[in-house]
Amino acid sequence: MKNIDSKTHTRGKSIYLDDIPLLQGTLFGAAFGSPIAHGIIRSLNISVAEQMPGVIKVFTAKDVTGENQIGGIIPDEPLLAEHEVDFCGMPVAFVVAQSDDAARAAVKTITIDIEPLPVITDPREAKARGELIVPPRTFSLGNVDTAWQACEYIFEGIAETNGQEHLYIETQGAYVIPQENGALKVYSSTQGPTAVQRASCRVTGLPMHLVEVEVTRLGGGFGGKEDQANTWAALCALAAHRLRKPVKYSLHRMEDMAMTGKRHPYSSDYKIGFDKDLKMVAYEATFYQNAGAAADLSPAIMERTLLHCTNSYFIPNVKATAYSCRTHLPPNTAFRGFGGPQSMFVIESAIAKAADTLGIDSAVIQKKNLIKTGDEFPFGQKAVSEAAECWKKAEQLYEVNSIREGIKDFNSKNQIYKKGLALMPVCFGISFTNTAMNQARSLVHVYFDGSVSVSTGAVEMGQGVNTKILQVAAIVFSIHPDRVKVQTTSTSRIANTSPSAASATADLNGKATYLACTRILERLKKVAAEELGVDENLIELKDEYVFVNNVQSDLDWKKLVNTAHLKRVGISEHANYATPEIYFDKAKEKGHAFSYHVYGTAVTVVTVDCLRGIYEIDAVKVVHDFGTSMNPAIDIGQIEGGIVQGIGWMTMEEIIYDKEGKLRSNALSTYKVPDIYSAPKEISIDFLQSDKDNLAIFRSKAVGEPPFMYGIGTYFALRNAIKAFNPLAHIPFNAPMTPEKTLLALYSNPQPLSKEIKRKDEEAVTSVAIN
Amino acid sequence: MINFILNNNEINTDRPAGSLLLDFIRYNQHLMGTKIGCREGDCGACTVLVGDLENGELQYRSFTSCLTPLGNIHGKHVVTVEGINMDDLNPIQQCMADASATQCGFCTPGFVMSLAGFCLSDQDANQQNAVAAIDGNICRCTGYKSIERAAGKITELMQQKGNQEAVEFVTANNILPGYFASIKERLQKLSLALNGELNQPASTAQFAGGGTDLYVQKPEELKEANVRFLYNKDVLKGIRKTGNKCFVGPSATVTDLQGSEVMRQYFPNFNKQVKLISSTPIRNMATIAGNFINASPIGDFTIFFLALNATLVLSDGNKTRELPLHKLYKGYKTLDKRPEEFIEQIWFELPGKNTFFNFEKVSKRTHLDIASVNTAIQLTVVDGTITEAHLSAGGVGPIPKLLEQTSEFLRGRAVTEEVINDAIDIAQSEISPISDARGTSGYKRLLLGQLIKAHFIALFPHLQVKKLLLSHSS
Ligand SMILES: Cc1cc2nc3c(=O)[nH]c(=O)nc-3n(C[C@H](O)[C@H](O)[C@H](O)COP(=O)(O)OP(=O)(O)OC[C@H]3O[C@@H](n4cnc5c(N)ncnc54)[C@H](O)[C@@H]3O)c2cc1C
Ligand code: FES
Ligand code: FES
Repeated sequence: MKNIDSKTHTRGKSIYLDDIPLLQGTLFGAAFGSPIAHGIIRSLNISVAEQMPGVIKVFTAKDVTGENQIGGIIPDEPLLAEHEVDFCGMPVAFVVAQSDDAARAAVKTITIDIEPLPVITDPREAKARGELIVPPRTFSLGNVDTAWQACEYIFEGIAETNGQEHLYIETQGAYVIPQENGALKVYSSTQGPTAVQRASCRVTGLPMHLVEVEVTRLGGGFGGKEDQANTWAALCALAAHRLRKPVKYSLHRMEDMAMTGKRHPYSSDYKIGFDKDLKMVAYEATFYQNAGAAADLSPAIMERTLLHCTNSYFIPNVKATAYSCRTHLPPNTAFRGFGGPQSMFVIESAIAKAADTLGIDSAVIQKKNLIKTGDEFPFGQKAVSEAAECWKKAEQLYEVNSIREGIKDFNSKNQIYKKGLALMPVCFGISFTNTAMNQARSLVHVYFDGSVSVSTGAVEMGQGVNTKILQVAAIVFSIHPDRVKVQTTSTSRIANTSPSAASATADLNGKATYLACTRILERLKKVAAEELGVDENLIELKDEYVFVNNVQSDLDWKKLVNTAHLKRVGISEHANYATPEIYFDKAKEKGHAFSYHVYGTAVTVVTVDCLRGIYEIDAVKVVHDFGTSMNPAIDIGQIEGGIVQGIGWMTMEEIIYDKEGKLRSNALSTYKVPDIYSAPKEISIDFLQSDKDNLAIFRSKAVGEPPFMYGIGTYFALRNAIKAFNPLAHIPFNAPMTPEKTLLALYSNPQPLSKEIKRKDEEAVTSVAIN
Repeated sequence: MINFILNNNEINTDRPAGSLLLDFIRYNQHLMGTKIGCREGDCGACTVLVGDLENGELQYRSFTSCLTPLGNIHGKHVVTVEGINMDDLNPIQQCMADASATQCGFCTPGFVMSLAGFCLSDQDANQQNAVAAIDGNICRCTGYKSIERAAGKITELMQQKGNQEAVEFVTANNILPGYFASIKERLQKLSLALNGELNQPASTAQFAGGGTDLYVQKPEELKEANVRFLYNKDVLKGIRKTGNKCFVGPSATVTDLQGSEVMRQYFPNFNKQVKLISSTPIRNMATIAGNFINASPIGDFTIFFLALNATLVLSDGNKTRELPLHKLYKGYKTLDKRPEEFIEQIWFELPGKNTFFNFEKVSKRTHLDIASVNTAIQLTVVDGTITEAHLSAGGVGPIPKLLEQTSEFLRGRAVTEEVINDAIDIAQSEISPISDARGTSGYKRLLLGQLIKAHFIALFPHLQVKKLLLSHSS
C-alpha cells in the first residue's frame, strides 16, 4: 500500500504548519537570539523595537507568566535568557508584531550588552572542567582489567564524529490560537505533542487540559522536532496567552540553523584487544558527548550510546563510560540513531585500526565476532541474533569476493581513480530506553455508516506511520482501506503521548490500534452471531462481510456496524498498549532494554578521484532484517533515505562552529546535505525475512533508524580507497570524510614513493601493535 | 503595475516590482503548494515554472520563486503546482506516487514542478536529462532513489514526443492541463497590451539581473527598493559570433550560454563543466554580468571568463568604456565601476585551433555548491611550446584572480611535468587563501596545485600522470 498522503503531497495540497489559513488579527513572532555564546547579561535594550511600526509587544524573561523553564529531562533550560546566555542564538526576547516583516525588522533593532565568559566548544575541555550535564555512566561486562592480559593484540586510539544538522525541509514553527475560558489551541510542527503541551503549560501556568496541541504532519523531523519544537510553541503560547490574539512563528532557515541543536558530536577513546585468532576479548571505550548548553535529551542519548557500544559484535569483556559534557553550543538533541551511530563509529574505527596495523581486511575481524543468539550485550540482555545471517547472505548475494577482486584489478589499472570497499554490520535496539515511554494509546471510532476514524499519539513526518496504522485497522476489520481515516494527532483525543521517535512509533501506536480494533471486532462478532443465530466462534469478518464457518453471509460490514449501533453496542474504543518484558535497572546498568533488535549488513563501494580528492558512492547493497514487512514500499523508502542521510553525516555534512561558539555553516549554502548526484549510484535492498517471533506490529520490525548506520560503511570504504592510493596515508578517525580531509589524507606523509619508506613505517607500526 | 499569467489567471498587481514572487504566490494568492525551505535558492521547495516567448516560441524554465522579483516575471506565464493539477493526479504526479517518491512530502511539489519543466522542455527525453531537471531539488527523506525511479517512468511517458512541440504533446496527451495550449497566444496578446518592457526608474543605483545573488544578500531591503531590472532586456541578451570574437549579452543566463551554438562549438566540454555550477533553476535565472558584479572570489563564470581574457563594455547610459575583466576587481568586493555604470556587453576572442581551455572546480558537494577552489586555463601551444597562457583561480584570495605571474612563467615554456610543478610553486606565491567554511587555507593551497595538474592532465594526454600525482606541491 502506498503512502496515504501521496496524493495530496504530489498535488501540493498537504497542509503543513505554514499553510494553515490564518485567522484575522493573527500576530507574528520572531525571536532575538544571543549574539554571544556565553556571558552575563548586563543590559537588554528593547525600547527601539517596541516603538517600531506594527510591534505589539516585546516579551522578555520577566513577562513569563508561569515558570521560565522548558527543560524536559532536567530543568536547566530557560525559555528566555534572564541573567546569563549559554549559547549563540539562545532566545532572549520575543517580538510580536502585526506582520512577519515588522517582527523581523524589530528584532534587528534589539541590542544587548553581555559581559563575556569563557566559551567551551570542546567536550573534553568541558569534562576536564567538571562541566557535566549528568554524572557519567559505565556499562560493563566481564572484567576488562584482567582480560587485557589474555590479549594477543591490543589497539588504542581516538575516534571522533561531528554533529549533523537535521535539515528537515520544513523549518520549525508554531501557531497558537486563544480559545474561550483562557484555553489555547497550539498547532506545532512537533514530533512530541505532549512535550509541546507540557512546555506551553509550564511557561503560561495553564493546566494541561486547557492547552490542546494538534499536529497534522511534519515536513521532516528526524529527531530535530522531538524536543526542540518546544521553544517556538512555548513562545507563541506565552504571547497568545498574554495578548489573547493568535500568534504565529515560522522560523527562517538561518534562525532555525542557528538556534536549534543538532546531532551530538562525540570524541571518544577506544582500546580493543584480540586473541591470536582475532576474536575480540576486551573492549574499553570512553565517550565524550558534546551536549551543548542544556540537557535536552542528552542523557537519554548518552545511554543509547552505551547500549550500542559493541554494535553487532559479541565481546566478553567490556567497559564503556560516557560523559555528557556541557559546552556553549545550542543544546544538541535527538537525531535518527539517537547516540547509537556515534558509538558504532568508534568500534568500527577500533576494528579498522586493528586491520590496518595487521595488514588485513576489516571484514575478517568483523565476521569472526558477530553476535550470536544467546550472547550477552554489555547491558545484560541476551541477543536473538540475525547478525551472521545478514552478513552471510550479503556476502553471497552480492558476491563480495568478486567485488573485492574487481576492485583490486581496477586499482592496479587506474592511477587517478581508486575504489574502496567496506562492510558494515548493524545491530540496533528497538524501544525507548526510558521504560515508561514505551506506552501508547489509540482511539478508534466506527461510525454507523461504516467509516472508521483512528487517532493515536503518532505523528506523521514522512515515515509512513499513518499508512501503517490505517493498514492495522483495515486488516483487523477486514475492510477496504478507504473506509479508514487516520486523524491528526491531538492531545485532546490522545493524552500523555510519547514522542514519535526511537523507531517505535508504528509498533507502539500500531499495537494500541490493534488492541482497540480487536476489542470492537469482538463485540461486532457477538452482534453478528446474535443476528445470524450462530455460535460466536464460527464468525469471522472477511473482505467486508461476515463469514460463518468460512461461508459468506449477506451481513456486510455496513449493516453489521449499523446493527451494532442500533443495539446500543459500543463501536468505539480507547486502548492502551505497554510493551511487555522490557525493564532497565539503572543502579546495576543491566536490564532488558529493548523489545527486539534489528540487524543488517551493508556492502559499500566507493570511487575516489585521487587527483582532486572528491569521490562518488558506487553502490550500497544491503541485507536487512525486516522481520515480516507489513509495507515493503514504505520500508524500502526508509532504508534508502536512512542510508543517504547516513552517508551525508559521514561525508559532506560538516558543522562548523568557530572558537567563539558561532555557527559558521549556518545556511544551506555552507552546510551541504546530499543532493541527487551524491546518492549512491545503486542501492540494493534484500529482505531477510525472519519468522522468529518478535514484539513488532504484525512482526514487521521497526525500520526508521537502523538503516542510518549503514552510512558508516561509506566512511570506511573511502578510507580503504585512500589507502589503495597511499598505503601509508595518515587518516585520523574523524568523520565526516569531506573532500578536504580526503585530499589531505591522500597526500599525507609519508608519500607512497618508495618501498624503503614503506618498510620502515611498517616496522614502526608492528611494534605498537603487539602487546 | 506588474502583469503576468499565474496558472490560468491573468494577474495585474501593484505589489512592488522588487518584492518576491514566492511571497506573492503564498501570501497574496494563497496558493500554498509552493513551499519554503530556505529562501536562498538552495532547496528547490519553491520551484515554479516561468514560460516566456523567445523568438515567438513558448519556452518554460524552472525558477526558484524565493529569489525571483515580480519585476522579472512581468509579461510571462508563472506556473505553480496548482496550475498543473488536473481532476486526478496528472501522470507526473502519478509516477511520483507510484514510485513512493514522496515521504514527508514537503519537497514534493518542487520536484513535481521541476519534472513538469522537463516535460515542457525541448530536451531529449532521457533519464539523464530528467535527473538533471531535479538537480536543484533537495529531499531529506527519500534518498532520491525512488525519485529517480519516478523520473525514469516520466521519461518513458515523454519518449513518444518525437519532434512534436512540447506544449502540444503534453496537452494532447493529458500530461498537463489543456489550458497550456492557449498560453502562447495569451502571452502574445499580453506583450502587445503591455507594449514591451516594464516601466523602469530612469536612474537608480540598484540593478538586478536574475536576482540569484541580490535576493540572497538583502531580500528585505529590495522589497520596496527602486530596482532597475536588466534581466528581460532583449538588447542585453544574446550570444553571437562576429569574426573571431564572441559577444555575450550581460543578461544572458547560464542556460542561454549552454544553449548557444558558439559555446558548444568552441567549448566542447562546456556543458559538462557547467553541470558543476549551481543548479538547473539557478542557471535558468543567473546572468553572466551578475556573476561578474557579484565579485565573489569564487564566482565560477568570473574565473571562466578571466581565463578567456574577456573584456567588458560598461555604460552609464550616456558614455561607454571598455575594461578588461581582470581589471574590474580592485579588492574584496570593490570594483572599478561607478554605481550608475552597468555592463552593456561582454566580449572575448574565440580560441583558435592551437588554443586549449579547461575549467576545474572542487566543492564540498560536487554539485550545487560554491567552490572551495576553482580555476580555468587557456593555453595556446605551438610546436610543443606555450605561446599564450591565462590561468585564473578562485577561492584563494580576496578577489577572483588572474594568476598573472604564473601565466607569464608558462609563456614560452614546453608542456612538461617539471614546468607544471614549477608553475604550481609560482602560483602558490601569488595566492593568499584564508580558512573558512569551504576549507582551510592549507587545503586550498594543496587543492589549487592539484587542479592545475588536472588542467594539464585533461589537455595533454602525453604527460605522465603518475609523475604528476606523486610530485609534491606546496
Ligand atoms: C543556490 C545558488 C547556487 C549558486 N551557485 C553558484 C555557483 O555554483 N557558482 C557561482 O559562481 N555562483 C553561484 N551562485 C551565485 C549566483 O547565482 C551567480 O553569481 C549569478 O551569476 C548571479 O547572477 P544574477 O543575474 O542572478 O545576479 P543578481 O543577483 O541579479 O545581481 C548580482 C549583482 O550584479 C549586479 N548586476 C547584474 N547585472 C548587471 C549589469 N548588467 N551591470 C551591472 N551590474 C549588474 C546587480 O546589481 C548585483 O549587484 C549561486 C547562487 C545561488 C542562489
Ligand atoms: S525556498 Fe529553497 S530554493 Fe526557494
Ligand atoms: S519527502 Fe521529505 S523532504 Fe522529500
